[in-house]
Parts: sequence; C-alpha cells; structure tokens
Amino acid sequence: MTDQQIIDLINTSIAEEFELPEENMKPEASLFDDLELDSLDIVDLVVVLEKAFQFKIREEDSIQEIRTLGDIHRFVINKKKELNKQ
Amino acid sequence: MRRVVITGMGAVSPYGKGVDLFIDSLIAGKSAITSLSELAEIEGLRSWVAGLVNDIDPKEIPRKYRRSMSKMSIYATLACREALNQAGLTAEHCASGHLGVAIGSTTGSTQATQEFFDSFLSTRGLEQVKSTVFFKIMNHSCAANVSQILGITGRTLSPSAACSTSCQAVGYGYEMIAFGKQDFMLCGGADEYHPLATGAFDILNAASIKFNDHPSRTPRPFDYERDGVVCSEGSGILLLESLESAQKRGVNILCEIIGFATVSDPSNIANPDKASITRCMQLALKDANLEPSEIDYINAHATGTIQGDIAESEAIAEIFGSKTPVSSLKGHLGHTMAASGALELAALVEMINRGCLIPSLNLENIDDACSNIRHVRELETASIKAAIKNNFALGGINSSLVIRRYKKDD
Repeated sequence: MTDQQIIDLINTSIAEEFELPEENMKPEASLFDDLELDSLDIVDLVVVLEKAFQFKIREEDSIQEIRTLGDIHRFVINKKKELNKQ
Repeated sequence: MRRVVITGMGAVSPYGKGVDLFIDSLIAGKSAITSLSELAEIEGLRSWVAGLVNDIDPKEIPRKYRRSMSKMSIYATLACREALNQAGLTAEHCASGHLGVAIGSTTGSTQATQEFFDSFLSTRGLEQVKSTVFFKIMNHSCAANVSQILGITGRTLSPSAACSTSCQAVGYGYEMIAFGKQDFMLCGGADEYHPLATGAFDILNAASIKFNDHPSRTPRPFDYERDGVVCSEGSGILLLESLESAQKRGVNILCEIIGFATVSDPSNIANPDKASITRCMQLALKDANLEPSEIDYINAHATGTIQGDIAESEAIAEIFGSKTPVSSLKGHLGHTMAASGALELAALVEMINRGCLIPSLNLENIDDACSNIRHVRELETASIKAAIKNNFALGGINSSLVIRRYKKDD
C-alpha cells in the first residue's frame, strides 16, 4: 500500500462513517473544530481504522496526540511501516 | 386534580409518516400487511407476514443524534416532532422543565443486540463494538433519545409492558399532568420490527400462519378464521397538556382524557383473562366517573388471537351489553406492539373529531364466541362523546383509557 493509498482509505472510511463531505477531508482539518467529531466519535474512529487496516491501535499512547486529519494520516503510515518491519 | 387534554399527535405507521396518511389509510380500509420472503428462510418460523414502516428518511435527524438511535427511536422522534408541531410547542417549551416524556418500547433494539452478539460471539472480544450500541439496546432508548434531540429537560419515564406500553405511557402522563407535576407530556410508544417478535408469538402458537400468501387478509380480529397476531412496527405519540395551559395558549384541543386504569393479571403470564379485562375497564370507567351507558364506542385491543378476542368480547359484553359499537384496528395495521396503544388512540381521537367509526378490517364472519357484542362492520357515521381504548399485554398487564370529545363550554 502506498502512502497515498493509505491516506485515501483513511479519508474514505472517516467520511463514510461520520457522513462528512469528501472536500472537507483536508490534512489540516481539526477533528473536533472542523470535522465536529466528539469523544464518542473518537471511540468509533479507532474501530473504523482498526477495521480498515486490520491492526490494533486502541492502546497506543500516541493516539492521544492526534488533533488533525493529517495527524491520523501520519500515525497510520508510521504504524503500517512499523508493522511491515516486524 | 387538573383536567388533561390532547393538543398534538404524531404517527409513524406501516402506512408511512404522519397522522393524516395514517387516518386516511385506515378510513380507506387499506391493509398495511405484506409477506416477507426473509421470514420464510427462518427454520421453524411459520408466520411470514408483517407490517413494516417504509418511506421515511432517517437523515431528517442529524447524525450526532441519529448515531445513538435504532429504528424505534427514529420513529418516535419523527412522531414527537409532528405532535409538538401540531400543538404549537417550541424548543423553549421543551427546555422549560415543564414538558416531560413518557415513551416506551417492548425491549431495546433487538437488531442492535443481535449485531453486538454477532460481533462478540465471533471474536470473543469487544474491539469492533461502536460507542453508541448501548444507547440503542437500553430499555429507555426511545425516551432518552427523544429527550436528547428535542432538548427536553422535564421528567423522563419509559414504561415497558409489551402491548400495553403506550396505553400505560399515556395514562401515566395523564396522571402526571393531573397531579400538577408537569404541564406537557409527550406520551406514547415505539417498536421496530425484528423476526423475533413474530417468533415469540409463533412459539406460543399465537402468530398468524395461514395467510402467508394473502397478507392483506390477516390479522382477522373477531373473525371465525382468525389465526393469530401479525407483528408490525411504528410509533404513536400524543402531546398531553393541562386544560388550563391549552386554554391559556389558545391552542386547538383535540380531545380530553378522563380516565385510566392498568391492572396486573396474575392468573397466567400468557393467557388473557376475562375477569381481569373486565376489572380493568370498570376501573377506567370509575376513574372517568362514567357509567357504561355513557360510552359510545370501544376501540378494542383484539389482535386476532383465538383466546384474546373471546376474552375481550366477553368482558365488553358483560359491562356494555350488545349495543355499544366495537372495532379493532389490528386488521388494518397488524400489531404495532408498544406503539399500538398510542397509534390506535390517535385514530380514536380522529374518529371522534371526524364523527366516524372505522370498522374491523377482515371481519367477514363473526366468530360465534365473539358475537355477543356490536361489531362495526363498515365505515359508520357516529357522534361519539366518550370512548374507551383497551390494550392487553403478554405478562398479564391490562390497561384502558377513557377519552371524551372536548367542547369549549364543557
């Protein structure tokens, strides 16, 4: 999977789950302020990403640092690279 | 005790969305029952008919609220909005603390429960479970979701008594307003269809199984060929208000609620009992301070089961004799379960205001055992001053409401 394919899958999955317009899926978009997600949505966001990429991330400390869509892109790309090394 | 009136109504029925469509379809004698091929695929299930809600758009409800709703809460929300709109009540009233909710369902969402256990049992884990599943499964899901989306800050009550649910909800709402605890109550019930509802009755040999190829011919309340319940879904909501408040607001008053009774029948958890049904109606009449002769029409529970229709007709005959008109709307709608009391009460209110009696659909040959009462066989013109609405539930929970036409000078 290329980085762009990962980004596309993240954007599609999140847009579908939270009924967001594709044009809003910009890297700088804040999850809370721009995409208007809340704490319940963040729980579901983890479920959606785990299902889309077949990994476990719920217990990852670095999830707590995520603020923007771009943060998710970077987190997943890094996680995939990490898993590929193992 | 304050007088209590109905000033708004809402319906999501197997005919679709809205009270007008609901009443017009009933008056036109339309059946809402269809055959479902997926039911035929369930091993051991013999009843393949149901009344499902179509033609509604859940996306009328914003995702933030809809995510914690199963179908039943969506139905209840749409019906509540219609009732509030008719009553002329706003977000300000909802947030006043003077408006409460009494809305129940038979269970929480069976579909959501099924999806949870599909995931849990296949993975032996919780990792695929979404954050809002519990809010669909909890027993007060409809009431809680309605309060959330409408911003209601008054009392929230969620009665759960299967087929008696919304009759009780209206009754308890009536009492809350009568005792001055709330000024407005959104009352009713909702249920969503799941094959297990039909299965529950089929296991008891109480589901209709002979009309799978002719769904519009079942259920058949009081008819010789009746063979059981047909399960349906939807939501019925009534906006109750103190008479004083309605007069002060100058809003149109649809009807007055004047009596309510609910009793437990410990004789059997499944079988209806004439004596208990009789007692329930007598208590409701007493609460209304009316004599049986003052009741002009009885809207029966009559679901089309062998035993239930006999017990109810015998109880009616004992109290009211053989002259008072009786009909059941289950022949049109099937059994909308927790919604049935409020949906059928909404129809009764419209019958009173339109001056007509809607007949029991599919009543072609009256069963001898149910022939001791006066059945409404075709659409009749009638002046109804007072009427009684019955609902009886598995679990031995019976309930009756008495309502009367409202006239300004009464």
